[in-house]
Amino acid sequence: MTQRSFEILDVTLRDGSHAMKHAFTEQHVRDTAKGLDLAGVNYFEVSHGDGLGGSSLQYGLSKVDELKLIEAAADVCKTSKVSVLLIPGIGIKEDLQEAVKAGAKMVRVATHVTEADVAAQHIALGRELGLKTVGFLMMAHMASVEKIVEQAKLFESYGAEVIYVTDSAGYMLPHEVTERISALKQSVGCEIGFHGHNNLSMAMANTVAAVEAGATYIDGSLRALGAGSGNTQTEVMVAVLERLGYSTGIDLYKIMDVANEVVAPFMQRPQEITGSSLIMGYSGVYSSFLLHTQTAAEKFGVDERDILVELGRMKAVGGQEDLIYDVAQSFAAKKAQ
Amino acid sequence: MKKLKVGIIGSGNIGTDLMYKIERSDALQMSVMVGIDPESEGLKRAAERGYEVVANGIDGLMEKLELVDIVFDATSAKAHKHHSELLVAAGKKVIDLTPAAIGPFTVPTVNLDEHFEKPNLNMVTCGGQATIPIVNAISRVVEVEYAEIVATVASKSAGPGTRANIDEFTHTTSKAIEQVGGAKKGKAIIILNPAEPPILMRDTVHALMADEGQEQAVIKSINDMVKEVQSYVPGYRLRGAPQFDGRKVSVFLEVEGAGDFFPPYSGNLDIMTAAAAKVANEMAKQLMAAEV
Repeated sequence: MTQRSFEILDVTLRDGSHAMKHAFTEQHVRDTAKGLDLAGVNYFEVSHGDGLGGSSLQYGLSKVDELKLIEAAADVCKTSKVSVLLIPGIGIKEDLQEAVKAGAKMVRVATHVTEADVAAQHIALGRELGLKTVGFLMMAHMASVEKIVEQAKLFESYGAEVIYVTDSAGYMLPHEVTERISALKQSVGCEIGFHGHNNLSMAMANTVAAVEAGATYIDGSLRALGAGSGNTQTEVMVAVLERLGYSTGIDLYKIMDVANEVVAPFMQRPQEITGSSLIMGYSGVYSSFLLHTQTAAEKFGVDERDILVELGRMKAVGGQEDLIYDVAQSFAAKKAQ
Repeated sequence: MKKLKVGIIGSGNIGTDLMYKIERSDALQMSVMVGIDPESEGLKRAAERGYEVVANGIDGLMEKLELVDIVFDATSAKAHKHHSELLVAAGKKVIDLTPAAIGPFTVPTVNLDEHFEKPNLNMVTCGGQATIPIVNAISRVVEVEYAEIVATVASKSAGPGTRANIDEFTHTTSKAIEQVGGAKKGKAIIILNPAEPPILMRDTVHALMADEGQEQAVIKSINDMVKEVQSYVPGYRLRGAPQFDGRKVSVFLEVEGAGDFFPPYSGNLDIMTAAAAKVANEMAKQLMAAEV
């Protein structure tokens, strides 16, 4: 087996949960997991879109308990390992312990890019449980390079082994990715990862920039199934990075097969860049707000784009889905006057 | 009217803000501020305002028990256990603003009457004080199968203790949504937002009701409850009307603080100290009425 240049981590079964309105079934998960395992993906993520404990009226209730989905995924894997996402404030330490019992081997503890210090206990627990433990800085476009470095150092001090720059809004441009990844490479000892969204059609370009700047963990989703316009498309990324001369360790045909034969048939809609997701990327709004904004716009008879621009102006952060309905209602009230 | 004497343990931000609120109370007399650092801002402020100051913590207070009838504890859960044991044994009333939760969860507009007699009352969490009144306003009209609250606070108003123990917020608040709010099952989410200028505390309550058809009664009950909370937190407001979707109702709130010691955006801290002061004030009135 050739040495891999980096790890490609597939998030279809977690970020895709947003696009699926949290309706993954055990069958979806089993089939996708089997395909990822066969294709040679070492890590893939299974959780509610908002991480462990995310099943809620705020974000959407899971159709099937995520612990069952994690178990189904772990059950079919020969070599791949299951990762889970945990956002402190939403999920708690007990959720992680349960996920580990269900078969999780990696945890990614995610905070808003300026709030890393809420994650100390969860990262420590990840290490204690023997998990590969990752710190995930969300909405990385909202902080300066210096701030990101400061927050990454906190994650490192808590025990994180990998630190991610996460472009949750699909807002970043390649030079901004390069700047952030390079700064982290210089200032922290852990490995660096990148997670992109395609709202401005920049996910692949940003991924290439991240890899060239030294990132060694790269996220993607099959058929780009993820929040907003989705993520960097895993199977395409394999092809692109191989052409660039890297070794992904992933079988191109097999990863294409799971994307097109397993994932595509259960997708509820294509991962296009629609008017709304474009505005999300343009105004820096958290990608999982997309479908909630559509629902709110319809309910209150207002333009989705107006809601999204206002959320960007208000500097909404991940998790503030309730604000969408609040903003939509106040626009409707203004219109009625 | 005779007033009950108040001691505050913990001369940090919470204790200092509480001091200003006690000064406005009609049944309480601020008496002593207890800290462990003689140089602390809170002790200096208390001394400047003419109150007794104890700089060697609970041990110092135990030597001056005649100074207090009611003691607020704004330290930590661990320290509170020790403080409470000593003070309760000495016959003092204790109001707990830490996550220790030795005594019953208390939300002034909901269950204060049940707990006047108890020696130690716990003030739940900031998110609990802001949302449990609404959960209760719904559950007193129609059975609530599930209630979930989302508290969004300005990053600047979340102190290091809250940040290091963020799961405690979730545990305590969820439990109190059930025990005090009256929901069969509760869930709590907290989000920190670093926007500048800092945002006002926002809270959303989502509840699943057992039946549809009680919308008007639910709205009236919520409006009544908001007025009651406004009696001690004037900046407690609904944002728009409650939104109904089948059996689900979502209620949007914002909490602007009084700006005593905390800036007004810290509605989360203000509602804790205001609720604690309200509890003590009502308790003092009851105790004095009982004496007469």
